This record gives sequence, structure tokens and C-alpha cells, in this order.
Amino acid sequence: MNDIEHIENGSETASGGVSSISAGEGSPKMTTRNVEVYYGEKQAINGVSIDINMDNVTAFIGPSGCGKSTFLRCLNRMNDTIPIAKVTGDIELDNEDIYAPDMDVVQLRARVGMVFQKPNPFPKSIYDNIAYGPRIHGLASGKDELDHIVETSLQRAGLWGEVQDRLDDSGTALSGGQQQRLCIARAIAVDPEVILMDEPCSALDPIATAKIEELIHEIRGKYAIVIVTHNMQQAARVSQRTAFFHLGTLVEYGVTSDIFTNPTQEKTRDYITGRYG
Amino acid sequence: MNSAAISPVDPTPTDWRGEVMQRRIKKRYAAERRFKTLGIGSVLLSASFLAFLLFVMVGNGLRGFTQTELPLDLDFPALTGGASASQFEGPNAEANLKSLGVQEIVDAGIDIQYGENSELFSAGAWKAVRSAILQNPNIVEQKTTLTLPVESEIDVAYKSDGSKAAEQIVAKFDNELSTGFNWNFLSNSDATDPMQVGIWGALKGSLITMIITLLMAFPIGVLAALYLEEYAPKNRITDLIEVSINNLAAVPSIIFGLLGLAVFLNIFGLPRSAALVGGLTLALMTMPVIVISGRNAVKSVPPSIREAALGIGASPIQVVFHHVLPLALPGILTGTIIGMARALGETAPLLMIGMRAFIATPPNGVTDPATVLPVQIFLWSDEVNRGFVEKTSAAIIVLLLFLLTMNALAIYLRNRFETRW
Repeated sequence: MNDIEHIENGSETASGGVSSISAGEGSPKMTTRNVEVYYGEKQAINGVSIDINMDNVTAFIGPSGCGKSTFLRCLNRMNDTIPIAKVTGDIELDNEDIYAPDMDVVQLRARVGMVFQKPNPFPKSIYDNIAYGPRIHGLASGKDELDHIVETSLQRAGLWGEVQDRLDDSGTALSGGQQQRLCIARAIAVDPEVILMDEPCSALDPIATAKIEELIHEIRGKYAIVIVTHNMQQAARVSQRTAFFHLGTLVEYGVTSDIFTNPTQEKTRDYITGRYG
Repeated sequence: MNSAAISPVDPTPTDWRGEVMQRRIKKRYAAERRFKTLGIGSVLLSASFLAFLLFVMVGNGLRGFTQTELPLDLDFPALTGGASASQFEGPNAEANLKSLGVQEIVDAGIDIQYGENSELFSAGAWKAVRSAILQNPNIVEQKTTLTLPVESEIDVAYKSDGSKAAEQIVAKFDNELSTGFNWNFLSNSDATDPMQVGIWGALKGSLITMIITLLMAFPIGVLAALYLEEYAPKNRITDLIEVSINNLAAVPSIIFGLLGLAVFLNIFGLPRSAALVGGLTLALMTMPVIVISGRNAVKSVPPSIREAALGIGASPIQVVFHHVLPLALPGILTGTIIGMARALGETAPLLMIGMRAFIATPPNGVTDPATVLPVQIFLWSDEVNRGFVEKTSAAIIVLLLFLLTMNALAIYLRNRFETRW
């Protein structure tokens, strides 16, 4: 605990007064300490320290360009694909440093799954979309087992009833909302521990959005979920913890209801009441 | 809202129906019509060029597939001195025919029937008799009439206009002369007599050369494109490589011929005139085209697909081979078609490595002396004998058909791999 407190102080100076970095009761699934991200010369994230809990849905909110997506992409090292991006600080998954040289990034991304802003199913059949992950990780020992994984993943994503008769159809032939649930099912199929969602509803209509939110409620607790959203109502609806980012710093992190009803920071209050953003 | 808010500069409202506006609209429509007319004109012009080319080629070329024939009565029992049909069956048939001396028999037969005009028939006419015997040995035991190809000048005179002497002969035998399909053209190789030339040698040479080119250029080009796009760091060296490849695609083809001569013949000591060397040289020329089109195809695969695959823990190589390559394949194939079509029509680099030699037998392997269709066309177009004119056109038709077949195959493959989004 000493260690955390020390870093807590560190982040205090960096971001100018974060109320808490703790995710609440229980040991955190992921911890980040003093994370900084640079795109070449430009600093995108400035000393962010945050804990992510297994039981909670954690929402990242903030105005466009505040670094919330960048920070999210640090959590499964998707930023590695950008050659000029440089990440410093500590990010741990179950007390393992994910930026350690001996961390296998391929396995990390299986453990920390991701759902993207735009639904991006593979141009393959619905079945193959789901089965691809288990296949490359060797999670199923036979056709029956693979069928089972596909079915349960689609069921958890609430898509089974709609697609069970047309598993051979192309994943790209589904509607936008269905495609996004297919992507969630695809992430679930590799049995991850954490699921990162980068504005998963920004390309969807309200009904599809409601379905995704319902789905997030249902799978909460099985996976640690982190969701980036522009939509503050959505953050209020789906999350238990909310972090407010502004200009690359973490301004405030706490219980969602507190953030929305009684924020401690002026910037948070201004943003939530719609004064900027 | 008042009008000042809409147009703060000019308070008077725009007169959309006024004369000035009408003139502007008229001008706009006129410009559109002009552009359309020019477009249609250029399409029609290029289409008519193409139609003219095809018309001339097919008109001349189809005659190259036929030959003029004259019947010859052969009294085999008398000429051979009573050979039996059984001699020319089974494994010894060829040897027995050789000892029989078909050529002398045919010459004697011509002398008997046409006497004073012994120059009537093609020098290769006896070969037709030979194959007729092999096909049906029974004819050697009876009197038979065979239609045999005539001499080249008479052939030309019969089909179009020939020399005076030949025209006289045509006039004399007009009733007996006929036109038949020249099967030999499809099965023979180059020859000095236009009646005996064939396209098969060059066609086979082209086929072998193209296969070698494809086997070399396609995998190397695709792997280079994938590496440069997906793996290579963006730095000065890769920039230099990119510029070099782009320049390489624009290098005149004869320079690749010199390169092939210097490297494959002089350094590696590979055989001259061989399809292997031709294929390797053309592969050098085709590779940059495949690399460039391949890189563009790989680049156009949406990054979201890569992210999706990486996001569920696919390794970079799995991303490339499971997702990027299948999606880029149609584009890569398009580039390959263009590159291969260019290679198929290429003459200059092959002249440098000796593939312009007179080669009378089709190649049986990659190191046998060979020639290719465009070089064969080039060689025939250079011949003095008028009989070669139509053979040149016929060879062009064969080349175009080869090209069409190759492209059709590639387009079929491309459509099969095409993904609907």
C-alpha cells in the first residue's frame, strides 16, 4: 500500500488534484501508475494513475482529443502498432507489468480484449468471425467444442437468437448494431479477463445502443470492462466508476454517481453540466 | 430574419431568374455538352482503332491458318514395288518408312502426274504423305489420291496476288486447287519454307517462359510488398528501396535484357536462348510491377481489419496471412496480370539473351533453346518470302489469344477471391 500511496502523491502533482485512483473494494485487476504517452514530440497522456476493478464497469469520459482512447489503447498495447507512440509508466495486469520485455503481447491481447468504435467484423462468415480467436489460440480441441464456444459467445452477446439460422452468412451483412454485438461476441470467445470498449455505440442508433448497454450490464462481473464514451448519459447508465479526462490528464476518478452528482473538481462539473466539450 | 443577415454585403436580393443567371446556366450546360461530346469522340476513336486493328489482323491472319492444296495420284504398288501395309504398323513403322524413302516416291509421283511442273508442290509435301501412311497403312497397297500443300508462291497467288509465273500456274490448275486447314501450323516450329512453318515451338516457348516468370516474380513480388508494407520500419533505407522499385518499373525493357545477359549468361553461365534465362529476365522486369501493385493493394486493406485481428490476439504474421493477404489478393492479381501481359509481349530483352535464334524444334525443357511468340512474329515479319506475311498475322492472332486466355484466367481467379464488403 505504501507503494501506491507514494505514486498517488506523484500523480497528484502531475494532474493537479485527483481525488482517488482506487477502484474501490477488492484487489484491482489492472493498475496503472504515472502513464505517459508521447506521439513523437507531442505528449498525449500526462501521468495517469488509475485502478480498474473486476466487478465494475469503468467509464472514461472527456472532451474529444483528451486522450481517453489513447489511454485505453495502452491497456492492451494496441499503441504498439503506431511506430511513433511511446508509453512510459507502469501498467500491470494481475500484478504483471504488461510492458515488461518478457510479456507476450499476443497473449496479452487475448487476455485484454478490445471492441472498437466502428464495428469491424472480418469479411468472413458469422461462425468464422467468432471461431477465429479460439482457433488461433487453440482453445477448442474439436469441432463440437468450437461449435459450443461459438454458441455460448453469441448467446452472451445476445445475438444467438438472431443469427443461429444463418451462421454461414457474412458477418458484414449484419446491421450495424448486430455487427457490434458480433465484435463483442468475438472478443468474448477468446475468454478474456478484461474487455476494452472504445466508444462502442458511437456509430449506432439508439435502439442498437440500448442493446449494447444491456449486454454490458449482463456480462459485467465476468469480465473487467472499460468503456470509453462521449455520451455522458451512457457513462451514467452503464458504469460504476467514471474517470474524467481533460487534455491528457486524469482530472477526477470515482464512483459514477458521485462524479455526476457531486464532482470535486471544477472542470468535471463544467464538463458534466455541458459548459464545454 | 431580415435580408441583411443573409447577405450583409449586398442588400439587394439575388435575381435567380434574371438574364445574367440564365446566361450562366446556359454556359454551364454548354460546357457539360462539350465535355460529353469530347468524351464520346475519344471513346469512339479508340474503339475504331481497335476494330481496325482486329479487322486487319483477323483478315490477314486467318489466311495464315489455311493452305492451298492440289491433288496428287499415287500408284503406291507401282512406286514402292509392292510394300505391304503391315510393315507400317506397330513400333517399326517409322524405321520402315524411312527405308522406304517416301520423299523419292512422292517426287516420282509428281513427275508422273505433273511432269513439266515439278515445282508445284511444297518441299514438305512428302511429310503429309508420310503421316497419311502412318495414319492408314492400307493406302500403300492401292492407288490413292492425296491432296498435298502446294509451293509457297502458288499458295500466295491462289489466296491473293502473286508473281506472274505463279498466277499462270494458278490459272492452269484453277479447278483442281483447293483450300484446306493447315494443321501443321499448329504443330510445327520455325522453318525456312513458309508452307512448313508452325507456331507450336514459339507457343510452347512462351508458355514455359511465362511459367518461369510467374514462379519467380509472383512470390518474390508479393513477399516484398508484404514486408515493405507490414513489417519494414519507415526510414531512409526503405524510402530508398521504394524509390528504386518505382524506378525499376520504368526502366526500358532492353536494359533488363542487358542485365540478363550480364548476370545469367556471363556470371552464372546459363545456356543461351533458353526459356529459363528468358523467364528469369522477364521476372526481373515483372517483379517491380507486382511489388508496386501489391503494396497498393495491401495499403488499401482497411486498418480496422488489422486492429480487429490484433485485438483478439493474432500475431502479426497471422494478421498478414489470415486477413491482409486474402483481402489484398485481388489487387495483387490485377497487378500481376498487367505485369505478365507486358512480359508476354516483350521482345527486346529476349533478343539480348539470344532467344531470336532460328529454332526448328519445340523446347522440351527449361534449358532447351527456345523462342517466344513476339520474337517469332518479329523474325517472320523480317522475312523476304511473301508467304510469311500471313503467317506473321496468324502468329499475332495466336499471341492475342494466348493473352486473352491468360487474362481471362487471372480475372476469374481475381473474382473468386474478391470479398464483398
